[in-house]
Amino acid sequence: MASLKDMRVRIASTKATQKITKAMQMVAASKLRRAQSAAEAARPYAEHMDTVLRNIVGSVAGLDAAPALLRGTGSDRVHLLLVCTAERGLCGAFNSAIVRLARDHANKLLAAGKEVKIFCVGRKGYEQLRRLFEKNIIEHIELRSVRTVGFANAEAIAQQVMQLFDKGAFDVCTLFFSRFKSVIAQLPTAQQIIPPVFEAAAGNGAGATYEYEPDEEEILAELLPRNLAVQIFRALLENGASFYGAQMSAMDNATRNAGEMIRKQTLTYNRTRQAMITKELIEIISGAEAL
Amino acid sequence: MATFQFNLVSPEKLLFAGAVNQVDVPGAEGDFGVLAGHASFVTTLRPGILVMHRDSGALRVAVSGGFAEVGDAGLTILADLAMPVEDVNRETFAGYVKEADEAAAAASEGPQRDKLALRASQLRQLQAMLEG
Repeated sequence: MASLKDMRVRIASTKATQKITKAMQMVAASKLRRAQSAAEAARPYAEHMDTVLRNIVGSVAGLDAAPALLRGTGSDRVHLLLVCTAERGLCGAFNSAIVRLARDHANKLLAAGKEVKIFCVGRKGYEQLRRLFEKNIIEHIELRSVRTVGFANAEAIAQQVMQLFDKGAFDVCTLFFSRFKSVIAQLPTAQQIIPPVFEAAAGNGAGATYEYEPDEEEILAELLPRNLAVQIFRALLENGASFYGAQMSAMDNATRNAGEMIRKQTLTYNRTRQAMITKELIEIISGAEAL
Repeated sequence: MATFQFNLVSPEKLLFAGAVNQVDVPGAEGDFGVLAGHASFVTTLRPGILVMHRDSGALRVAVSGGFAEVGDAGLTILADLAMPVEDVNRETFAGYVKEADEAAAAASEGPQRDKLALRASQLRQLQAMLEG
């Protein structure tokens, strides 16, 4: 049986752990606020981009000249999975949830006889996927040194994806990230970005016939890569907010568990201590009686 | 004077949304002014200075490129980078110009290079306007 001193040490160590998790929770909470407002600030651009793009797509639909980025390559043999995860752990099932979604998707594609290539953004996803799909991972980026994700980061990733696409390295690209619903709910999401899927184009063309300067094709040629970057940027921001949300609730749980443990350990400690005092008293009394 | 809705957004945030009298935009194929009731059209932007006129006065905003969309709902500008002229940091901007120059110099002969060179020269033009 553990001695009283051992028990005291254990309680102290649990208390220290609790302090750490509590501090992490508070840090995550304040970072969450920043990440959330960053995600919200980026929303108008993505929305406007979407409207503009949809309008143009509506007017070029049916044109054979539509760029491959919009139309797709005409086959769906090679799939690229762009998996965005966090750089760090201690955030509950956040990373695993994204990885699991990507893994299921990859397995389904492989079972259907397609070729799968994986592009990892973030260290955690890479580490988890490496075990299963070592040879499928073609690219891997870490954003560890980046304090706040800027549009430039997303643009760099988009550029790499574009290069791969231009080389004909894949036909369909799907983006995996975690959508931020609320602090306690993060939704792992798969979104096809090449060729882009438009949510049921809001039917009424609103009679808006646009004129284009220079022309549709040139605008599309600029707009589509940009849209790719915007989608990736949005995914990274949503991921950032989700990560801190997940970390906050994970750390909140950990703090509560530590509190529970401390309560139990203190109870056992006090019981043992009292038992020892009683035992010593009995020894003293029976010793005195024997005299 | 009739006003219309004007939204200026960059990927990182919404920079301006509100009613304006007139906006002068540096389009890729020449500057153009937008007034209320402008015909719908979409165009790309070149690096330049955008001027928006409100009742409270004019505001000059430097943009580094992007898209403009004029529709029934008003004018929407999707800028790559945008900030009021007074806030532009000269040194940072000189960095952009240098980057563009290097990119143009590094590119191989062809339309891609022409495009980069054009961008570098447009940036330099904007730099001169900012200095002036």
